[in-house]
Amino acid sequence: MAETAQMKVSDEVAIRIDNMNKWYGAFHVLRDIDLTVHRGERIVICGPSGSGKSTLIRCINALEEHQKGSIEVDGTLLSSDLKNIDKIRSEVGMCFQHFNLFPHLTILENCTLAPIWVRKTPKKEAEETAMHFLEKVKIPDQANKYPGQLSGGQQQRVAIARSLCMRPRIMLFDEPTSALDPEMIKEVLDTMIELAEEGMTMLCVTHEMGFARQVANRVIFMDEGQIVEQNEPEAFFNNPQSPRTQLFLSQILGH
Amino acid sequence: MSDTHAESIAFVRESSLPPAAPPDKVGGPLKWVKDNLFPTWANAILTLVALYFLYLLLAGSLPWLLNGVWSASSLSECREILDGASGACFSVLSERWHQLLFGFKYPSDQYWRPTLALVLLFLAAAPVLFIDLPRKMLLFTGLYPFLAFWLIWGGPIWGPIFALLGVVAGYIVYSRLVQKSFAMALAGGIVAAVIVWYVGGFIGEALRPASPLLEAIPSRDLGGFMLNMMLGITCVSLSLPIGIALALGRQSHLPIVKGICVVFIEFVRGVPLITLLFVANVMLAYFFPPGSGVDLFIRVVIMITMFSSAYIAEVIRGGLAALPKGQYEAADSLGLDYAQAMRLIILPQAMKISIPGIVNIAVGLFKDTTLVSVISLFDIIGMIRGPILASTDWNGVYWELFMFASLLFFIVCYGISQYSQWLERRLATDHR
Repeated sequence: MAETAQMKVSDEVAIRIDNMNKWYGAFHVLRDIDLTVHRGERIVICGPSGSGKSTLIRCINALEEHQKGSIEVDGTLLSSDLKNIDKIRSEVGMCFQHFNLFPHLTILENCTLAPIWVRKTPKKEAEETAMHFLEKVKIPDQANKYPGQLSGGQQQRVAIARSLCMRPRIMLFDEPTSALDPEMIKEVLDTMIELAEEGMTMLCVTHEMGFARQVANRVIFMDEGQIVEQNEPEAFFNNPQSPRTQLFLSQILGH
Repeated sequence: MSDTHAESIAFVRESSLPPAAPPDKVGGPLKWVKDNLFPTWANAILTLVALYFLYLLLAGSLPWLLNGVWSASSLSECREILDGASGACFSVLSERWHQLLFGFKYPSDQYWRPTLALVLLFLAAAPVLFIDLPRKMLLFTGLYPFLAFWLIWGGPIWGPIFALLGVVAGYIVYSRLVQKSFAMALAGGIVAAVIVWYVGGFIGEALRPASPLLEAIPSRDLGGFMLNMMLGITCVSLSLPIGIALALGRQSHLPIVKGICVVFIEFVRGVPLITLLFVANVMLAYFFPPGSGVDLFIRVVIMITMFSSAYIAEVIRGGLAALPKGQYEAADSLGLDYAQAMRLIILPQAMKISIPGIVNIAVGLFKDTTLVSVISLFDIIGMIRGPILASTDWNGVYWELFMFASLLFFIVCYGISQYSQWLERRLATDHR
């Protein structure tokens, strides 16, 4: 396990967030966030609900707008320029809590849509890529079904494959297993672990602490819109420094 | 749990139960009658009362329908044939058949033209209505409006040809520029189309043949159910895209676009259709350049289209609102731009949700085309109330005529309704 965590992290910076702030109306959701993610790094973000962890990763692909500070993804500064935003979005894959597959399209069409329309890949090639990634998440036989015919775990794996079809350099996971039954959580986590082993840069908002221990290079704890503590997983779980972290960990690991 | 386990909590299943067939349904018509018509005393009495009323209804109407006269040439002759017996005078329908369908001014030797246009309509509409048909058929759908215009109105063929060329030129310019900027492409396309139309106007004038292949027929001569069909089909097919644009405009983040759409929708929805039609008849001419003499048919089409597109916009807005936010986010996160996200992800789903509402408006609009009779256009109702009932031959034949008009509308509207239900089933992929 420890070896997995030590895998190839380069010095190259994938994401640089500098003094970023965000407000919903008067409510200060994110306060002075500074975070640098290196290529190949796997970061788990945890924290109580409402702590701004989802908002943080949604700012990275501009699903949410930040008001102050800067976000740089792969060397591109995130601004309000739509071209910039679309460029970043096509480089950054995202998986949602509720999968958000397109219900009117088949699994295969879900996976080929963005490559065909955004990357202008020929249809045949896009389908081959899609089948490759569907095999990787172990559901190639469902390719011609509709999302509504699949179980939650299968849908989330399709959502991962859909993102991978765009060949992203960074993957964001927004509580990917929170809407799943315990039996299905494992199949999704296995897929994510496999992805991590291939050296994908990943940011995961999750409460799966086993996953964090096994895969993450760094665990970040957030509360009230701030990064309260970050550390390597061993140190984070065995020896949390901040009293807020200690309380949180005692509550979620308590039983 | 069986008795053997009654005193212990522990239980282990050793073999899995095989799935069993569901219990048999005991059927038969007698059982159905007993279950549904005579389950209790009170229900039995209600059934008998209902049967009695059904008898009264049929006893009153069947002789009238079956005893109908189809061969008389006037109401008085019809009454002579009936000789006091109860019976309908359907001969007004056979006698005035062409007037009911085509109006009273359309030249009778040209009836084949609108008939052919109607037949071709089915061919043109098929690939739009049935998405499994080959997409190449859409080419004919694109040509159809120009062809139908030429068939129905006649006149020199250059008019529709240059209209078509203008659209093609506009599309070519648009598709060349759209990669760079959507707004520039749209403006360029419109300019190109207008130039072709303008130049084409002069060329068409120069090429005007002495006697055109198809005799020109002015809009005032259109009438009967044909006019209702023409108005209904034109207005529905125009108001759907305009309605979509208005619905998207109303959701736009651009304040001016949003403002224009909101004001348009709220204004048009707040006004009765009939006032809009009077505006079309009398006042709209003031808004066009003097002497341009925009055709009354086109003025009516503009007004009905405006009216129904405002309603359709609101129905589609409902569909858009019903989509989970996650669909927009998923489309965004994959890097699709606004136009792609709308066209590929949002609208297909929103339109599917909106089908019942859109059909509701299409059916309502089709029936509302009869309102043009109040601005002295002779649609089927105008024909019945005007030339037919006013004639000395048929003064007083209300039931037969209005029943016939209702039947025609019912057939079309029921067809639309059945189609929409088929479409909903065809598009049901979410397996809820």
